[in-house]
Amino acid sequence: MPDRVSIKIPRPLYNRLQRVIDGSGFSSATDFIVFVLRDLVGSLEPEASSSDLSPDELVAIRKKLENLGYL
Amino acid sequence: MIKAHGGRLVDRFASATERTQWLDQADTLPVVTMNRRETSDLEMIATGAMSPLEGFMGREDYEHVCAHGRFPGGLPWTIPITLAVDSANADDLEIGSPVALKGPDGTLHGVLELAEIYRPDKEREALQVLRTTDDAHPGVAYLRSSGDTYLGGRITLLERPHHARFESSRLDPRETRVLFKAKGWDSVAAFQTRNPIHRAHEYLQKCALELVDALLIHPIMGETKSDDIPAEVRLECYQTLLRNYYPTARVAMSILPAAMRYAGPREAVFHALVRKNYGCTHFIVGRDHAGVGGYYGTYDAHTIFQEFEALEIGITPLFFDHAFYCHSCQNMASQKTCPHDKEQHVFLSGTKIRDMLARGEELPAEFTRPEVAEILRRHYQESTADTIA
Repeated sequence: MPDRVSIKIPRPLYNRLQRVIDGSGFSSATDFIVFVLRDLVGSLEPEASSSDLSPDELVAIRKKLENLGYL
Repeated sequence: MIKAHGGRLVDRFASATERTQWLDQADTLPVVTMNRRETSDLEMIATGAMSPLEGFMGREDYEHVCAHGRFPGGLPWTIPITLAVDSANADDLEIGSPVALKGPDGTLHGVLELAEIYRPDKEREALQVLRTTDDAHPGVAYLRSSGDTYLGGRITLLERPHHARFESSRLDPRETRVLFKAKGWDSVAAFQTRNPIHRAHEYLQKCALELVDALLIHPIMGETKSDDIPAEVRLECYQTLLRNYYPTARVAMSILPAAMRYAGPREAVFHALVRKNYGCTHFIVGRDHAGVGGYYGTYDAHTIFQEFEALEIGITPLFFDHAFYCHSCQNMASQKTCPHDKEQHVFLSGTKIRDMLARGEELPAEFTRPEVAEILRRHYQESTADTIA
């Protein structure tokens, strides 16, 4: 099993998650949270890796787009 | 944001340090002078528009792409991107050594890490990629006019080609990606064109815009045929149309610095992959996309996409039938949506349009917006006057 860390979430949210996963096939709230986070992070990762822009480059591009009237 | 083709957006710009180092030794390097298409390809490779390509193709990539429309690893890629020289020039080059790449005007634009020198079978290339060996096909004519030896290897861009025109309308893939993100556009349909936009094109674009967040009008402004409408005139048409008839908050226009190959269906897939690199999620494919003369079937550019899995291509093609204004429907329609006879349809061939404009006649408002018609009429009358003078 890979290393794990503990992340604290509000108790009421945890209770709601328990109700959501009831009968869903997820064996625990943890499994459900890991599934959702993997999906979310997966959808964000390509954006970061495909552009590979430094903060300075990003600012310069945004400035150019503003100057040209695109933004 | 959609991934670049192959998973990573290529960046082959030299860093400041690399640039200085290359410029210091540039005079000692053997030189290859590129033509306009190759210079444009160099820029497209460097900006990532041709990701995953990092240079001009070596023999294995070239032959696989020509034969199968894919890289040897299976990734779809339908157009060979090559650098041609005469065999006599190739004799002066040494594999493993850098080569200075200069443009037609002698400007040093980049460096090639020469990995391969090979003789292509251009007849086979023409048949496989262009589906013809007819000299009258502009792509075949290009192959016959270029060198008999190809050079392969990774490139580094030192100096971008100077664009005296349309500087404010040129965005690189990184820039369009930042633009789309800043605008909050998750889905963007790209429209490729090398002609003025008439009502039929506008109809396709707006149908697409009903499905996605935004539209990128992405005209090719690289090398085109001599009888295509000049780029300045086309740009004026696009700007006028956008100003008067498009929701500017959901539409952007930028220039694609690519050269046309006129490879019909093969080029349709290529155009889609390039737009994917610009961050577009959808690509409009109309009738006879990138075609010329009668070399390709009207919908060959649609059916070729069946040769690939949707996930392999990544970007979603939006196929459209022939569109027109129908007097009976009293709106724009296509063969797919209109039940009426051809007599009810307003459609003008390119030849007919040119003849009407040259005579100073009005184009019907059902065919083209009056503002666009006026720009074209002015252009043709000035051209005719120049010819007579």
